[in-house]
Amino acid sequence: MSKHVITANRLVDGAVVYLTVGGGWSERIADAAVADGKEAGAVLMAKAEQAVADCLVVAPYLIDVADADGGIRAQRYRERIRSDGPSIHPEFAKT
Amino acid sequence: MYRYDEFDHTFVRQRVEQFRDQVERRLSGALSEDEFRPLRLMNGLYLQLHAYMLRVAIPYGTLSSRQMRCLAHIARTYDKGYGHFTTRQNIQFNWPALKDVPDILLDLAEVEMHALQTSGNCIRNVTADQYAGAAADEIEDPRVWCEIIRQWSSLHPEFSFLPRKFKIAVTGAPNDRAAVAVHDIGLRIVRNEAGEVGFQVLVGGGQGRTPVIGAVIRPFLPKRYLLSYLEAILRVYNLLGRRDNIFKARIKILVQQVGAAVFADMVEDEWQQIKDGPVELPAGELERIQAYFAPPPFETLPDADSGFADAQAGDPAFTAWTRSNLAAHRQPGYAIVNLSLKPVGGIPGDATAAQMDAVADLADRYSFGEIRVSHEQNLILPHVRLQDLYPLWQALEGIGFATANIGLASDIIACPGLDYCSLANARSIPIAQEISRRFAALDRLHDIGELRIKISGCINACGHHHVGHIGILGVDKKGEEFYQLTLGGDATDTAALGDLIGPAVSVHKVVDAVETLVGVYLEHRQNGERFLDTYRRVGLQPFKETLYATH
Amino acid sequence: MPLIRSAGNGAGQVVDDPWTLVGDDEPLPENGPVIVTLARWQQDRESLIASGRPLGVRLASDQLAGTIAGDLPHLSLIALEFPSFRDGRAYSTARQLRDRYGFRGELRAVGNVLRDQLLFMHRCGFDAFEVPGADAAAAFARALGEFSVFYQPASDQRLPATRLRPLRSAAE
Repeated sequence: MSKHVITANRLVDGAVVYLTVGGGWSERIADAAVADGKEAGAVLMAKAEQAVADCLVVAPYLIDVADADGGIRAQRYRERIRSDGPSIHPEFAKT
Repeated sequence: MYRYDEFDHTFVRQRVEQFRDQVERRLSGALSEDEFRPLRLMNGLYLQLHAYMLRVAIPYGTLSSRQMRCLAHIARTYDKGYGHFTTRQNIQFNWPALKDVPDILLDLAEVEMHALQTSGNCIRNVTADQYAGAAADEIEDPRVWCEIIRQWSSLHPEFSFLPRKFKIAVTGAPNDRAAVAVHDIGLRIVRNEAGEVGFQVLVGGGQGRTPVIGAVIRPFLPKRYLLSYLEAILRVYNLLGRRDNIFKARIKILVQQVGAAVFADMVEDEWQQIKDGPVELPAGELERIQAYFAPPPFETLPDADSGFADAQAGDPAFTAWTRSNLAAHRQPGYAIVNLSLKPVGGIPGDATAAQMDAVADLADRYSFGEIRVSHEQNLILPHVRLQDLYPLWQALEGIGFATANIGLASDIIACPGLDYCSLANARSIPIAQEISRRFAALDRLHDIGELRIKISGCINACGHHHVGHIGILGVDKKGEEFYQLTLGGDATDTAALGDLIGPAVSVHKVVDAVETLVGVYLEHRQNGERFLDTYRRVGLQPFKETLYATH
Repeated sequence: MPLIRSAGNGAGQVVDDPWTLVGDDEPLPENGPVIVTLARWQQDRESLIASGRPLGVRLASDQLAGTIAGDLPHLSLIALEFPSFRDGRAYSTARQLRDRYGFRGELRAVGNVLRDQLLFMHRCGFDAFEVPGADAAAAFARALGEFSVFYQPASDQRLPATRLRPLRSAAE
């Protein structure tokens, strides 16, 4: 089964955020609710769509993640740049 | 430079208030993201990978010290302390919050700036030769006409929902520093056989997915007809440009489809209806705008300066800088000074708030408060006395803007790439940083000579890779960053598109590949040839053979 | 869909729409003003003119002003479609109808007509607008009042800054 989390940008400031288990949004991918498989992903996506309607986030989507170092890590390079910040500014990394 | 009058101030403030209302409607949910997106884009506000990005226009690349200080203030107050000068004479702030953007725009309005039409399918910020009003080779200052175009195109009611974005560039000199041949409309100020000054009009140039060198559709347009002629071109395009396919919507596709001659006839038919009509400038308006671009109060100076000559003799580092970073000024005793925003290992085009403030101070001290921005992502102090060059250079050393590399291998144009941009397939900036480290040694850099390396992180070509002597295009191969190399591109008056050399190389090999290509050039070059000259003489083959034998 | 008619001075009124849009396969109503598509106009031109009623034509965004330029004396209304707010062809069509071909009848914006575009449409010569929403008249007035400075002449009566500046200088 592939693992997914939901990411979006926060409406008010554009920050990269992840849907958490509690239904909130965190700037850290480590806090993200992990969906195992397609159906679980769809459940999360429905929550995210509600957050769009509530003007909290913009354009949520599912990304693939994998276990890494006791946590999770985005699979695609693009998503790693989103979660970690620009590769040219390591000081902006969210830890 | 141009100063706003009460009309301009009122207009820009009303635009800010309109956008403030639109942002409030978005935050309250009255506007959906789909409805808001085109509205925010018309104010240069994107949503990128990490945050919103605000693109502020620097019309035709001209800035005052006061405006530069405002940009520093915005970087410091609303952003992470820096800004990025782009490849189209704009500055981008990478981290503003949506709720703050109306306030940022109000701060900009105070110093006569805005973010109008830096995005969206409208007439974009008009660009010009960064040496305008200073260059020794100039026929006339193009900024007068750029300002006229800026005003005419501002919230143009007919042309704000074009098939696609629309870029106009103007040069007043025969040596094209504004890349007019790769714009939707390129305007060259020329003199005809009767000695009158007018415009040569090119249409349908551009980069992106389908790079094209623009075609001349009118060799000589009398100046007074500029706006009616532009309006005719835009109307034909607005009505007939393709809207069914975003990749075929630029005017270049329409011009290719009907042919430049037929397109010129269509424009002519429309133009005959509207020329001499109300769109032409009324008497006095041209003169009013021209007066703002009168030369600053230059001193009468000799051509040479002994202090400058002594400093050159005494300081080889200064001498190297004067070789690469100065350009000839029309006024005796003055020089145009390029500030390199390409330090070794630096991010092309980035400047911190402190650097911006320092440049503003130097402009006040040495250049009548004037600053220019180039599409090569450098800054310029356009009017510096020769006797001031040495102290200016020392001050620039202090802020990191004195790298002696203008036009050389480490003066790289790079788009933000995958580090910031939601469209990108690969990173651009780290490649530029690594190349500049590889060519850090000044002796070698200067020995290689003029070499324009341009890097884009996707096919949209914001990094102008099609017109780089060496062009580098990032592509995504199964999640890995790869780079296609092109050779022989040229953005100047001898404009050409680069030739693809062969299969893309991996992110680990691309900098080595550039070094290999430079090696082939050095091996083949004959007396005084630039990289581009050698390439044009020997062709792709020797470069290709060596590159793919090595890598 | 409320119909707003421009009442001058930047105001708009919600008005009853006396016009009937007739589909290509539908019979014409007994009487009253009708709007037909370009195809039907070209097919039934003579009988429509002979009917003596007020006539209007609705142009899709890819149908150019030139296609009906010769028929304008017979037409009291032209409706121009915005299939999407992104499709800006009708702005140019409107300007050609007004300025090049001298059409003085009602020019109506239909389709995806957004309030943030009403001022642009008005400047290009539209004087009637099908706008959704109960507050359409207020939205119209607000949209038209957002700017008092204009930088280019268009198909409206507003004087651009380029024309006003000399007047101001003369008054000083």
